[in-house]
Amino acid sequence: MKRVLPLAFVLAPFAAWADPDPAHWSTVTATAQGQTVYWHAWGGSTATNDFIAWVGDRVEEDFGITLTHVKLESTSDAVNRVLAEKTSGQDDDGAVDLIWINGANFAAMKQADMLFGPYAEALPNWQFADTEGKTLQHDFTVPTEGFESPWAMAQVVFMYDTADLAAPLGSMPQILAWAKAHPGRFTYPQPPDFLGTTFLKQALVDLADDTTALAAPLREEEYAEITAPLWAFLDELTPLLWREGRAYPQTGPRQLQLMNDDEIDLAISFSPGEASTAIANFQLPESVRTFVLDKGTIGNASFVAIPYNSGSKEASMVVANFLMSPEAQLHAQDPDVLGYGTILDMTKLPVEDRAAFRTLDLGVATLSPEDLGPVQPEPHPSWMTRIAEDWVKRYGVAN
Amino acid sequence: MRLPPLLPTLTLLALLGPVLAGLWGTLRAAVGHLPELGMQGPSLAPVTALVEWPGLWAAVRLSLVTGGLATLSSLLIVTALIAGWNGTRPFRMMVRVLSPLLSVPHAAAAFGLLFLIQPSGWVIRALSPWLTGWERPPDLLLVQDPMGLALTLGLIVKEVPFLLLISLAALAQTQGAERMRIAAALGYGRSAGWLFSVFPALYSRIRLPVYVVLAYSMSVVDMALILGPSTPPTLSVQILRWMGDPDLTLRSLASAAALLQLTLVLMALLAWHGAEHLVARLSRRLITSGRRWQRDRWLRFGVVSLAMLCVTMVLFGLLGLTLWSFAAGWRFPEALPDALSPSSWIRHGPIALKTLGTTFAIALAATGLALVLTLGCLETEERRHLAVTERAMWLLYLPLLVPQTAFLPGLQTLLLGVGADRSLWAVVFAHLVFVLPYLRLSLEGPFKDWDARQGRIAAALGASPNRIFFCLRLPMLLGAILTAIALGVAVSIGQYLPTLLIGGGRVQTLTTEAVALAAGGDRRAIGVFALLQTAAALLPFALALWMPKAIWHNRKDMHHG
Repeated sequence: MKRVLPLAFVLAPFAAWADPDPAHWSTVTATAQGQTVYWHAWGGSTATNDFIAWVGDRVEEDFGITLTHVKLESTSDAVNRVLAEKTSGQDDDGAVDLIWINGANFAAMKQADMLFGPYAEALPNWQFADTEGKTLQHDFTVPTEGFESPWAMAQVVFMYDTADLAAPLGSMPQILAWAKAHPGRFTYPQPPDFLGTTFLKQALVDLADDTTALAAPLREEEYAEITAPLWAFLDELTPLLWREGRAYPQTGPRQLQLMNDDEIDLAISFSPGEASTAIANFQLPESVRTFVLDKGTIGNASFVAIPYNSGSKEASMVVANFLMSPEAQLHAQDPDVLGYGTILDMTKLPVEDRAAFRTLDLGVATLSPEDLGPVQPEPHPSWMTRIAEDWVKRYGVAN
Repeated sequence: MRLPPLLPTLTLLALLGPVLAGLWGTLRAAVGHLPELGMQGPSLAPVTALVEWPGLWAAVRLSLVTGGLATLSSLLIVTALIAGWNGTRPFRMMVRVLSPLLSVPHAAAAFGLLFLIQPSGWVIRALSPWLTGWERPPDLLLVQDPMGLALTLGLIVKEVPFLLLISLAALAQTQGAERMRIAAALGYGRSAGWLFSVFPALYSRIRLPVYVVLAYSMSVVDMALILGPSTPPTLSVQILRWMGDPDLTLRSLASAAALLQLTLVLMALLAWHGAEHLVARLSRRLITSGRRWQRDRWLRFGVVSLAMLCVTMVLFGLLGLTLWSFAAGWRFPEALPDALSPSSWIRHGPIALKTLGTTFAIALAATGLALVLTLGCLETEERRHLAVTERAMWLLYLPLLVPQTAFLPGLQTLLLGVGADRSLWAVVFAHLVFVLPYLRLSLEGPFKDWDARQGRIAAALGASPNRIFFCLRLPMLLGAILTAIALGVAVSIGQYLPTLLIGGGRVQTLTTEAVALAAGGDRRAIGVFALLQTAAALLPFALALWMPKAIWHNRKDMHHG
């Protein structure tokens, strides 16, 4: 009785809404058996879709979990869904069990109490996570506090076709100068697309003298001054873009097709290994390489989160944990699969896993961790939202 | 025994219920009343926000121009084609080639066309660099152009087969041959004679389908996502974007835009109706001028080239997609891939096949329900001697005339409120709304053409009305019923917006997958999905042709249904 009582106290707050406790992992995996996880993740990239399908096969095999990839056009679809369910009082067995999420969407869901947790730091594989060297506990400056678990590292790189562009470009002004000499050979995904907005942020960070204001929520009185160099840059750049900025690729992967068709020579990517993977899939010519800017580029982790009203929280946690496993991380880093950066700390891994990572061939177009250079922090999400809105007003309805 | 009027009532409910409920939901949201999302109205804020959206005028103009131009061009091509060639051998061949195009889903046709006409597409590849001197694709706005011309072209190649087949079905009731003989006797040229004597009778019979084409073309979403411009997009695409925005207040903005879309379509229909009178008056003047227009070779050969162009574009587009789905490396300006490889099919095939199951389950369920309702209605009407008035036909066409973007967002919000969305059945009922009208259109003619004297003979031999219906009439109509099923399945397979919005992302069909992939631009994956989508829509038609022969292998006179 003595031993049971304190446990009962610990469990009491959970029992109130019968949520699972990741600290009791064997109970979690036992309950997870037979559950179905609807993973809402952006579906526009065939490489990611294949990876998620592989995860589905593996968790089916090991844990008897059925994983269904709900292919979103935009992550906000899933956020909307949960919000609508919360408002209409559907507090259990909602449509969404797991979301691939980042930044503004995470901040919104966390603030509105729409997430289950904290769970992330209690997952068994958290012990291997590189919490020192990588930004796994902050998402766009917002503390994650265990409400989402990381599964991949992303950093901005630029893909360029060495057949047409001889040397890397070290800064946004250099990109502009090159575009002046080669009009029509560069474009970026149309904001509010995630990667397109990332390009705007990267330009903002690269052009600003002082980036300290970007770490805090946007203040109206500074906004005009801080973004002025960005708009001046874009005003000059837009007529030099592919199709003179009158049409844009709608998503990141769409740029690959443009590059493969030799329509553009330079494109932004948020995944250092994407170019190598695309070369392996015939989606890019073999002459493509990548570079980062001299001052460094923006980087962050990709996360998954579990909505508060998921009916398969146990299975979702098992999937989230599997995503952090050395096996899944190694598979994701393979350029033939995804080419995503790992979130793991090599020094924390067992010897054989470490060796597997070391011997993995990153691919012809992938920069080594040293060459990727310094990672710049993401600006606060409020900047991203506002800049995307203003971009649409300035350039998105220009025709 | 008399059938209760249950089936007509159910049919009306299935047809109009979702449309009216959806419009109600849209109207509520447009005035800012969205209790499901914690917004209490009424307020003018959504309308104000819509008016203040800087892209509004361009989006409205795009919807009007692309929709109007596509409808007008398709109608002109079809009319001139029938006028110049009806009853000839080349015409019959043409019809045979055009008919399968009807079942090629809009999205698949759009992908094919996209690869054909874009600057890095097949046409320019074939001409480069030996003729054009282009080593790289030219930086030209050939697709996603701000005028929406690529989108208009895409709509035309799909609407020409539709209008042609509808016209041919209606032509049978116009005594065209007799009219033509009189016109010829009076010395009129072939085209002019047909236009003056048969067309007026034909047009009054195809007026509603033409309106459907106009309403559809003005509000199409999947084709506009693929071929249309994006800065800004058409109004319907923008509605979809607002529906998917994380900022929920934009839902009411989307609904206000949906109401605007509905108003635009209604205005366009009114304007079209007005133009009909104008054309009629002008034509009367032309007729009384006494000219005979005997030299119409240029028109006849011009229009046949245009129609051939439509066919060629769709076929070559599909061929291009097929090649892409098997392509290894394939760079500009090579006209053919470096090598062929099954790797794209190995990669995407399993997922596509899984979706194929859902796609057919929905299509068969919706078509099955629609078939029971339609046959039930037709039989009830006959037994009770109910005549279907012109007004009732409007009701039938209503779901096809109200833009999908106008009522589906509202319907989704309402279903969400009662927690009934995103189930497979909700999607089936949403598809039913669009399958029902086509099934009725397809079955009505054959059902009424059935010689009723056969029923009387059977009755004289002691058969009950039910026995006559099930054992005589239905088997004799087998061919027509199978064709109707094939049409229903094709319609369901092609549905994008109902599946996306009502299914809430959980229900995935080949069409939603293909359009989601379009955003990624991976032509190999798109090729796999678009081809499977086309095959799925064509297969039932092939079965409908083959099955009567197989089932009636020992009854030779039944082979054609």
